Amino acid sequence: MSIFSLYIVNKSGGLIFQKDFADIARLNTNDALMQASIWHSLHAISSQISPLNGCTGIEMLETSTFSLHCFQALTGTKFFVTCAPRTTGVESLLRTIYEMYSDYVLKNPFYEMEMPIRCAAFDLQLVVAIKGMA
Amino acid sequence: MDDRKMMFGLLFSLKAFVNKLDPTSGGSEMSGQCSFQSFRTNKYKLHYLENPSGISLVLMTDPLTGDLREFLRHVYSTCFTECVVKNPFYQPGQPFTSDQFASALNKAVRTHL
Repeated sequence: MSIFSLYIVNKSGGLIFQKDFADIARLNTNDALMQASIWHSLHAISSQISPLNGCTGIEMLETSTFSLHCFQALTGTKFFVTCAPRTTGVESLLRTIYEMYSDYVLKNPFYEMEMPIRCAAFDLQLVVAIKGMA
Repeated sequence: MDDRKMMFGLLFSLKAFVNKLDPTSGGSEMSGQCSFQSFRTNKYKLHYLENPSGISLVLMTDPLTGDLREFLRHVYSTCFTECVVKNPFYQPGQPFTSDQFASALNKAVRTHL
C-alpha cells in the first residue's frame, strides 16, 4: 500500500485523529500531536508568503522519500496523508475521507466537535477506502 | 523583510517537520536523510534545493509547473558558482549584488523555462 498514514487536525491545530496504514516507523503520541500542530502553523504561514492573493495553504508537499497531500475543509479542519512519492488518486481519496468524516463522525450524536475521533464505523470505512485505493 | 523572515522560518521548520515524518526513518532517529523538495498551494509552487555548502535556492512558480530541481542545480552551478563564488570580493554567507549573476540568471530562466 502506498498510503502511509492519515492525520486529521481540527481548526485550532490540535490532532483529533491519526492512523497508520503501512508498516512504517510510527510516531509516538506526543510526537504526532506536536507534528500536527506544527503542520497547522506551516500551512498558515505558507498562505501568508504567497505572492498572489487568495492562497489557501499547502496542498501537496514533495520530499525525497514521501509525499504529503493536504485537504483543508471550509471549516478549517485539515486532513493530510503521507504516501509514497508520485502516488496518484490521493486528492480524490481525501475528498472521500472528508465525506466519511461528515457521515460517520459529524452525524454521530455523541461526537463532540473538535474532540478526538473515536468512531468505530469511521475506522472501518477508512480501511475499506484505503484498501480500495491500493 | 518580514516576508523573508517568514520564508526562512517556514523552510527551516519544514525541513525539521519532514525529517520527523519520514516513514523510512524512526521518529526518534532523526537521521536527516529526507530532504524537502517542493510544495504546492493553489496559487503558487515553491521549489527548494539545499546544497552541501549550506546555500539554498528557493524558486516560486505557478502551481502547474513540474519538477525544477535540475534547473535549480543548473542555476547553482552556472550562475551562482561562476558569477558569485568565483568573485574575489564575495564574502561567503553575505548578501550580494552582481549584475553578471542577474544577467546569467535571466538568460537561464529564458532558455530553460
